[in-house]
Order: sequence, then structure tokens, then C-alpha cells
Amino acid sequence: MKQLFVFIKKEFAHVLRDRKTLLILFGLPIVQILIFGFALTNEVKNSKIVIFDQAKDVSSLKLISKIETSRYFEIDKMLQHNQEVEEAFKTGKIKMAVIFPENFNHDLLHTNKATIQIISDATDPNTATMLNNYVTAIIGDYQAQLNKNFEVPYRIVPEVKMLYNPQLKGVHNFVPGVMAMVLMLVCVMMTAISIVREKETGTMEVLLVSPFKPLLVIVAKTIPYLILSLMNIVIILILSVFVLELPVNGNLFLLFAESTLFIITSLSLGMFISIQTETQQTAMLISLVGMFLPTLLLSGFMFPIENMPKPLQIVSNIVPAKWFYIIIKSIMIKGLGFAAIWKQTFILAGITTFFILISIKKFKIRLA
Amino acid sequence: MREIVIKTENLSKRFGTFTAVNEINFEVYKGEIFGFLGANGAGKTTAMRMLCGLSTPSSGSATIAGFDIFRDTDKIKKNIGYMSQKFSLYENLTVLENIHFFGGIYGLSNQQLKEKSEVLVNKLGLYQEVNKLVSSLPLGWKQKLSFSVAILHEPKIVFLDEPTGGVDPVTRRQFWDLIYEASDSGMTIFVTTHYMDEAEYCNRICIMVDGSISALDSAPNLKLKFKANSMDEVFYALARGAKRGE
Amino acid sequence: MPMLDINDNIKWTSEKEMNPSLMVNAALSAEISIQVKNLVKVYGKDKTIAVDDVSFNVGKGELFGLIGPDGAGKTSIFRMLTTLLLPEGGSATVNGNDVVKDYKKIRKSVGYMPGKFSLYQDLSIEENLNFFATIFGTTLEENYDLIRDIYIQIEPFKKRRAGKLSGGMKQKLALCCALIHKPTVLFLDEPTTGVDPVSRREFWEMLKRLKAQNITILVSTPYMDEANMCDRIALIQKGKILSIDTPAEIINAYPDILYKIKADNIYHLYLHLNEFQYTKSCFAFGEMLHVSFTKNMEEVQSELLNYLNQRGHQNVSMDLVIPTIEDCFIKLLSN
Repeated sequence: MKQLFVFIKKEFAHVLRDRKTLLILFGLPIVQILIFGFALTNEVKNSKIVIFDQAKDVSSLKLISKIETSRYFEIDKMLQHNQEVEEAFKTGKIKMAVIFPENFNHDLLHTNKATIQIISDATDPNTATMLNNYVTAIIGDYQAQLNKNFEVPYRIVPEVKMLYNPQLKGVHNFVPGVMAMVLMLVCVMMTAISIVREKETGTMEVLLVSPFKPLLVIVAKTIPYLILSLMNIVIILILSVFVLELPVNGNLFLLFAESTLFIITSLSLGMFISIQTETQQTAMLISLVGMFLPTLLLSGFMFPIENMPKPLQIVSNIVPAKWFYIIIKSIMIKGLGFAAIWKQTFILAGITTFFILISIKKFKIRLA
Repeated sequence: MREIVIKTENLSKRFGTFTAVNEINFEVYKGEIFGFLGANGAGKTTAMRMLCGLSTPSSGSATIAGFDIFRDTDKIKKNIGYMSQKFSLYENLTVLENIHFFGGIYGLSNQQLKEKSEVLVNKLGLYQEVNKLVSSLPLGWKQKLSFSVAILHEPKIVFLDEPTGGVDPVTRRQFWDLIYEASDSGMTIFVTTHYMDEAEYCNRICIMVDGSISALDSAPNLKLKFKANSMDEVFYALARGAKRGE
Repeated sequence: MPMLDINDNIKWTSEKEMNPSLMVNAALSAEISIQVKNLVKVYGKDKTIAVDDVSFNVGKGELFGLIGPDGAGKTSIFRMLTTLLLPEGGSATVNGNDVVKDYKKIRKSVGYMPGKFSLYQDLSIEENLNFFATIFGTTLEENYDLIRDIYIQIEPFKKRRAGKLSGGMKQKLALCCALIHKPTVLFLDEPTTGVDPVSRREFWEMLKRLKAQNITILVSTPYMDEANMCDRIALIQKGKILSIDTPAEIINAYPDILYKIKADNIYHLYLHLNEFQYTKSCFAFGEMLHVSFTKNMEEVQSELLNYLNQRGHQNVSMDLVIPTIEDCFIKLLSN
């Protein structure tokens, strides 16, 4: 037991003393989250919108001028007909249409309630959400102004409609996606490389010619990465909750339990690769091409699996990240419990057991 | 007076506050086999890099084959050959492809290449192997081939960086036969090594300790001077007090 | 020049005549630490034979050297003895344990320093040592006696990372790591390759001190001049053992009388001597040539001097020389 402990301590020393490894370990997830989170929102300034004002009254004009003066929006065109709305979107330049109904001011003054229709192009869900928030804020602002002078509160209700991507796929998706990617990268590539490095430097030879159980070498190698990966998940979650304001809807404990399962899956893959390869270079290449790319392409994170050709859809079933992605999305975004994800959990556990078993079977107690 | 082909004057190289090579002065004559020895970190690699025009000296001066190492590095490179045990030939090219590639780099014409490769293959007895990959050759043949390739363009000076590690004594002698032959034809051979038995084959030996030259003479004279039976003992006497490398 | 006592009748042991069971040096303990019988190692699809029917015994407390160039099969032998590779033929035991069946027992009792062993570069001297100590189920303190002599030389730098050490210091650290569990047999695969002469010498002195503690040491080296440091050596080339004996006996068994000859132009001397009709062998040896003749010196001397004079050689000097292990190796290779 003490042997295992010093081994793990040594592994931590390797990681903590190598700036490059540390950078990949902790820099990468932070950068990815921030890039996905913020780079996409940069375009929000001066987004082109169209306005179809059927009311042309005091209130609508005031609101339009408020929108116009905002730095987020640039009014591309004032529309005259309903059909023009769709045409405008089809050009692809327009991010949003704001439609005032006839009698906007009248409704507001007499029934104390009016609606504004807001239609957004949700192909870029992140931008769409941001723009929605800004417009809603402007409307709310105006509403508050009105309410200062009157005792009976006026309410303007924005009716939001997302064009093309009504579920806003993507906006919430990248956090689970990044989690899957980072775990893959850290667990598979880092473990594989760190084991193969011992083969390359010759230290593996010495470890083999020692009473230390060979398989324990590998187990000991994986434990630090398990711990580091859990830390990574915490970092990602903190960033997504506090910086990107994306709440975790489901059970946190379940989230961590499922993540641990996926980490073990990835570690077993890393072990498997390290047993099959002799150089760090090959280990890295196999991890990237064999694990990282499928995670990126076939997990449903970048491209929806439903839209893929049938053969790829079938292949995607053996990509562990696909199942993890579904699990995390269900917990984090939909707030579902274990009942909804037991099937995926089971599949992941199956894949993990499979790789651990072959790793043990293929592990050599000698060289070559 | 013999013709001088390498001459250094107070040649130094500093990296920040660290002086890797400290004001070295020596001359190497035409046709000489000059051994350049030193422990790890003594500065011999840095010194050789400067002489090859790969690294600019911090101060001092030197001429190689009559060219200044500050101004004429391009001309120097045309007039020297270089062989290192670590890298010399492309393992995944054939013998002939290697000869043609390296000859081509030094601007030999196709006609010259053809003639020279024929002579070379003949001399080394590699007829059967011309179209084999270099990786399939035994280490000894690789060494002989890479030396021959390094002098294909008939340089005035050839630099050998630890050329014959790890081969059997017979193969090593075959290698030295090639070196003696080249030296006999007037080529200057500059050998860096930290293997003393290799050093004893040189006409004169220069031993560097901590960036400076601590001895320069022929092997018999050095042994006499240090009352030693072998170059190993001479080196031991000189390098024992070295501060660097530890 | 010391007088030579070379007896022409000394038997020049050939490979076939050697019997491993007779090889144990009587002066040493009769107890055998390492026994190798007809060991064979074959690699790859094209069946390259790396180790070809090798047999030798190493007695307890003996310092035994495998001397041969790269590719002679030294590392393969080491790996089979340390249970890292399975032999294709023959058998071997270490401390009486079979290298195939009893690999676990062997792994507990031997120390091994592979050729490219580079330690953990990012761990300090101290951390490396403690790590290996724990892996072998011991502590630095427990066997401190054994490594003290070596360790005190590197102790002042114990906080320094292994990657920042010189070659000689790395080698000392590696030796400490291999010794930390007090092995009964020590395997050192080319420990002095790439290490400067000062460190090499110090290293051999350390080995002698270890030998005094009754540790069996099997060491390999491509440097012929290190052969004299061993109790017994096996000269090995292309997977085959050329000769096994004490260095003195191997030198004693050199069949020819060897002369060192030099002149001002050593290369021309070499060419001419090779053409001389009574030359048996002639090769460069440092600043000298080592030459043997097919006739006695009295018979060829005048003719030789004439021959060299006619070719314009100046300052010719000639003397008897005691053959070195390298001379013997060359002789064995030419057979």
C-alpha cells in the first residue's frame, strides 16, 4: 500500500513540475470554456436587425429610437409587409426582427398590457440569446419609465420566437461537450503518454525487475489523473455557473458520480493505448486520432447525430463521449435524475469494463 | 613551416554570465589528425560549433581554411565536412540515395556524383548494398559510409564528432584506415571525443577542461609530461579537478 | 620495456573446446550465482539471432564482464537474465531460480541498471532514491551502509533534479537506486557508455568496493580497456562468446609475439608493413602499430629493417609489447 502511495506521489510530482502538462491540464479547459462562452458573444455589438412597426404610434417610436441608440443593434431596415420578415432572415444578415402589433400604444394605455413579437435567428444560439436579453432589457427599461408616472403598472410582454433552432441547441451544449473533450484529452492522452514515457526512458525496465506488481504501475499511474480530472470538472462547473451564468439544474452528486465513471472509462482507454504502444509519439497520435477526434465529431457535441448518415450514427454508439454527453446534458440542463440516464450509464460502464479487461489481459510482465 | 588550416585567437563563447569557451588559442596544420578532448560540459561541442560556423563567437577570432569565422561562414561551410555519430545519414534512404543527396547538397554535378559514388562504393565494398536502406547496414558500415559521404566534396577539413563509439576493434580500425588515408592525402581531420583510446590515434591532442585548453601535444609527449602510461591517466590527471559538469 | 614471458606452447582456447562447467574460477567461491546454458534469443519475423548458444557461469561475489561491441547481444543476455525477455532456447538461473519459471523470486533479489536507464529526470536525487527504495519495499536508511560510499558523493546535491546532473552523477545515482534493496546479484548493462574517463574510473572503483561486500556483479561494456577491471570476462561478438577467462589468462593465451612499431609516417608504415611478406598481422594501435610476424624476430629483423629503409622510413622504433584484451579480441575475430 505504501508502494502505491509513493508511486502516486511521484506521478503528481511529474505533473506538477512540468509546466507544459500543467498548462494542458488546467489551461486548456479554462481557455475552451472561455472561448466557447465569450468568443461567440463578441459579434453581438451592432447586430443588424429589422423592425416591422405596424403601430407607428408614440410608444413604438420611442422604443424604436431606444433600440436604435443601443450599441448592440443596428437597424438595417424598416419593413412594410409581413412577408418581408422572412425574406430578411433569408439573406442571413439579419439577426433579429422586432414586430410591433397595430394598436400597440392603444393596448398599452387601455388594457395596461401590450405584446411585442421578437423573432431571432437561432442558428447561432448564443448570439440569439444575448440579443434577446438586450432587447428585453430595453423593453423593460421603457416599461419602468412608464410606470414611474402611473400608478397602475403597464406591462409589455415580449413574445420571443426562435427561428431555425427552437431548442437553442448549442448554447448550453458546449459545457457538457467541453467536459467530455477535456476529460478525454487529460485521461486518455496524458495517461497513455505518461506510461509510455517510462518505457521510453528505461525506467519501466527497472520497475518490472522489482517486486512491485506490474499492473499496479498502471493503476498507480491513473489515480493522479482521476483526481486531476475531478478538479477539472469542478473548474469547468464553476466557470460555467459563475462566468457563463449557466446553472446546474440536476443533482450535483449524480453529476460527479457520472463524471467519475466517464473518467474511469477514459483512463481505461489510456491504459489500453499505453499497453499497445512503445513511443510517446505513437501514443499521442493514437490518442488524438483514435479518441479525441471521434469525441469531437461523433459525440453529438459539434454536429447533431440525428443528421448524420446511418453508418456514422451506428459508429457513434461506440464513442463513449456520446453517452457521457447525453448523461451530462440530461443532468445539467434538463435537470433529470438517474431514472432517465440509467441506460447510458450502463453502456458506459460496459465499455469501461471491456477495456479494463483487455488491458489486464494484454499487459506484459516482460518486455516485447 | 607547415601550412596552418585552423587558427584561433582568444576565441570565447559566453552564454549570459556562463563562459562556455574561455579564450582558447591553437593551430591545426594541414593533413593533421587533431584530437579535441574534454569531459561532458568542458566546452568542446561549443568550440567545435564555432569552428564549423554554426555558432558566432562572443569574442576573439579564428580562421578556418583561410576564412574568417565571423564574416565568411558560408565559405567555411563549403570547405568543411562534418560527421557525427548521432546523425549522419538518412536511415530510410538507400546507400546510393544518401551519397547522391549529400553530394548534391555540396553542389556536385551529376557526372561527378556518378563517378564518386562508384569509387566510394568500390572502396567500401558496398556493391551488394547500394540499393539497400542504410538502416539495414551494420553500425560499422554506417560509420564508414558516413565518413566517406562527409568527405565526398573533398573538404579541406573534416570534423568528426565522436565517430566510432560502440563498434568492434576490427571495424574501428577499418574506420581509422579511412581517416589515415584522408589525412595522407592532405585533408585535416578534427576529431572530438571523450574516449581516450580513440584519442591515441590522433597526431596531436588538445584537452579542454572547464572551457579552457589545459594541454596540447602529441600523445607520447603528453604521457611523458604527466608520467602516465595511457592517455586515460593523462586525462584523469587533468580533468579530475574539473569543476563543471558536476 | 618489460621482458615478455610468452610461452609458445600455451593452448589457444577455441570456442568449441570451452566447457562452461569448467569455467568457474577455482580461486573464487564454488557457489554459482548465475548459470547460463546454451541460451538462445531470436528476434522478429526474419529470425535474427541475437544470442547464439551462449553458456557461462558466474560465481558468487565475482565481477564478471561481458565485453563486446554494440549489437553483440549483451543487452539481450541481460534482459533474459533479469526476466524481461524469454529465451528461445537454453536455460538460465540466477541464485538458483529459473529465469522463466521463478521470475518473481529473481525480481525480488536482483538489482538492475539498464543501458538507457535515465531515472526520473524531474525528481530530485533524494526523491528518486526514496521512490525506488519504497518500490523495493525498503528504506534509504535500512541499507544505507551499502550505498554510503557512493551516496556521499552526490549527497550535497540531493535536492537537485536528476535531469540537471552530469553524466557521472546520474550514473552514481542510478547505481544507488539499483543497490537500494541490497540485491545479491547486480546487473549493470553498459554503465560506463557515454561517461567521461574520470567518472568511468570512479565507477569501476565503486564496483570493486561492492564486490568486497560479496555482491555478484555482471557488467557489460564495449570498452576493451575496462576488461582488466573484471575477475573474469567473456568476449562476445554477434551473439557468440569468443572466449571466457580471466583477463590475464586471455592475454596469456595470445598465440603470437607482438611488437609495437612506429615511424615518422605511421600511415605509410602501416601500408608497407601490411605488404611485407612475413607480416602475420598489422593494425593501428593508438600512436603505434601492433605487428606480429610469421617467423621469429631473429630471422626477419634484418630483412624488415632493410625493407623499411628502402621505403624511406625514418626514426623507426620497434619493441615487444604485451598484448591487450583488444589485441586478443582482434585475434579472435580474425580466426
